[in-house]
Amino acid sequence: MSVAAHREAATGGLWSRMSLGQKQLIWAWGFLAVPLLFYVVIRFWPTFQAFYLSVTDWTITKPAAFVGLQNYKRLLADPLFWQVFRNTFLYLILGTPISLLISFVVAYYLDRVRFMHSFIRALYFLPFLTTAAAMAWVWRWFYQPVPIGVINDMLSGFGIPQQPFLRSTSQALPAVLAPAIWAGLGFQIIIFLAGLRAIPITYYEAARIDGLSEGAILRKITLPLLKPTLVFLVVFSSIGFLRIFDQVYNINTNDPGGPLNATKPLVLMIYQTAFSSYEMGYAAAQTVVLFLILLMISLVQLRLMSDR
Amino acid sequence: MRYRHMLASVALGFATLACSGAKAVEIEYWQYVFDTRVKAMTQLIAKFQEANPDIKVKQTTFPYADYQTKVAAAILAGQGPDVVQLFYGWTDNFISGKMIRPLRAEAFPSADIERDFFPIVSAMKRGNDYYGLPTAVRSLALFYNKKAFKDAGLDPNNPPKTLDELVAAAEKTTKRDGSGNIVSAGMTLDMGGQDHQWWREVLIRQFGGVPYTENDTKVAYNDEAGQKALTFYTDLQKKHKVGQAGFMEDGQAAFRAGLAAMTIDGTFRLGSFGTIKAFEWGVTELPANAQGVRSNYASYFANAITTKAEGEKLAAAEKFLSYVSSPEAMKIWMDVVGELPARRTAALTPENIANPIYGPFLKGLEYSHTTLFKDEAAQRQVAIDMANRVLIGGEDPKTSLAKAAEAEQAIIDRAKR
Repeated sequence: MSVAAHREAATGGLWSRMSLGQKQLIWAWGFLAVPLLFYVVIRFWPTFQAFYLSVTDWTITKPAAFVGLQNYKRLLADPLFWQVFRNTFLYLILGTPISLLISFVVAYYLDRVRFMHSFIRALYFLPFLTTAAAMAWVWRWFYQPVPIGVINDMLSGFGIPQQPFLRSTSQALPAVLAPAIWAGLGFQIIIFLAGLRAIPITYYEAARIDGLSEGAILRKITLPLLKPTLVFLVVFSSIGFLRIFDQVYNINTNDPGGPLNATKPLVLMIYQTAFSSYEMGYAAAQTVVLFLILLMISLVQLRLMSDR
Repeated sequence: MRYRHMLASVALGFATLACSGAKAVEIEYWQYVFDTRVKAMTQLIAKFQEANPDIKVKQTTFPYADYQTKVAAAILAGQGPDVVQLFYGWTDNFISGKMIRPLRAEAFPSADIERDFFPIVSAMKRGNDYYGLPTAVRSLALFYNKKAFKDAGLDPNNPPKTLDELVAAAEKTTKRDGSGNIVSAGMTLDMGGQDHQWWREVLIRQFGGVPYTENDTKVAYNDEAGQKALTFYTDLQKKHKVGQAGFMEDGQAAFRAGLAAMTIDGTFRLGSFGTIKAFEWGVTELPANAQGVRSNYASYFANAITTKAEGEKLAAAEKFLSYVSSPEAMKIWMDVVGELPARRTAALTPENIANPIYGPFLKGLEYSHTTLFKDEAAQRQVAIDMANRVLIGGEDPKTSLAKAAEAEQAIIDRAKR
């Protein structure tokens, strides 16, 4: 019996000599290799390619030549870049706190509502399902001057002078941001609700028995226990606002990012440099800068919010 | 048994396919999506294939926004069209990318081209070679809403002939609500549309300047003429208050909706405005200045043969190109799209000149200019921003003009490298 088994192992070769654990490991990596390979080819390879392109002057039609850091120098000297940089951060520092505050308040109270809870939740989620392009088009008509713009029609109905909204360098950015925040609310509310539900009810019961006020419960129990949810949403929505594009592009297709670049985010500048002026090298340099900003902000946020 | 039958029929099918494939040369034609253009080209292809049963033409279209990128990417990858439509302003780009080839002089003699076509076709010439030929050319004119004219007490058959008359007519046709907001504009202001061409090639010249020198490589409008031209344009909104940039999104939308009495647009808009049912409109030449000086901007999409076409495909592509630039094709194109024939004899027929719609455009063609853009989108953006700085930012035209001149010169210089 043992002789036969020994002979079988010898003929089976390498595979048969492995332990069960080793075999499982090979199988696991075998399956993992497919998505990994896919990721490397589709994601990482182009990323490295972008780093390489950023030090060339490739324009699609002309072959790429190495130009060193010239693209980066040009970028730092370009006033448009700094304006766009400022816009991008305005989207971030206005968009993230406002959207998180609104969605938390909605989720906090929605959590207590029993009547038609799922229906209201679905209503809040609906804008998230809508295409950004379609939404931007509806909003651009909302913002129009009087004969057709709903908002201005109402304003002049109350005798308030009509506002330029998208045709103003100061009002345009908040006007573009509003539908973007509104569209993202549904998702954030759902995540907050899940976070709220995950807090054990016993904590609340104990607090109430001890006579803690609602405000104190919120500060001492709910918010601290929501921290993982909050970290996730802050990072997630920050990245979203830093990469904002479709809302901006579609709300003003005649002059994307205008007027006078007042609403142009970095991603739109990259798009125009690459696919309107065909300066691929310069666009790649901008992409690298965006990548570094995203990386830095995500790392800082993770550090600040998940430690302790 | 049944399996064998199936196999046999499949094999037979392949054989017939292969057979018919071997008989006909198939070439690919690419253009961007614009309803009437696609329709016209479909008709032309059908006629061409009827006359040349051994050639098949496959038409591919996609949105204008991605057009250049896709064409460039496809040709460089050895795919894509054999005959391609391109804007005359992209020619340098396409040549430097080795995407299109010069037309063979034996098939398209330069002397014939120069004799038969309007002189603006020279924008397709580099050295002694032509790189493409247009089917149709486009020029600008003033569209006006006859109903709005009548309602304002103006003669609908006597549209403005000079810039002063234009302003006067615009003032009369503008409608405002109680708070002074414009509810129907007298004149559209839309730099993103055709106004930047009007400003660049028409207004600047009418105020005594030139937009560029040295083959359009040196910006020359940063002077008194340029200033007067910009002031005239921005005053339409700031001083006369007869229009408003961004009103109804864009100029053509406002005009279509009957909410603007006048707009400047090109021949390519005829097809779209032709479907307007709510009011009657007319066309007139772009207004002259007080001294009677007129100008116009003409442009065109040309068809070119790509470097991908070789051998029998090249021969087929040449045949197809010469058909789509024939007088017959131009007639069909004009009827369907509304663009003017690129050949003088096909365009300047007594019938066309007398036509109340084509006439003004044809007259404009005689004194038109064609800007040699380096990066049309970016150069247009310069004009949009220049007007916005004055209209939104309240900057004075002189400062804004100087910034625009500097920005545009930088774009041109960068393209030269």
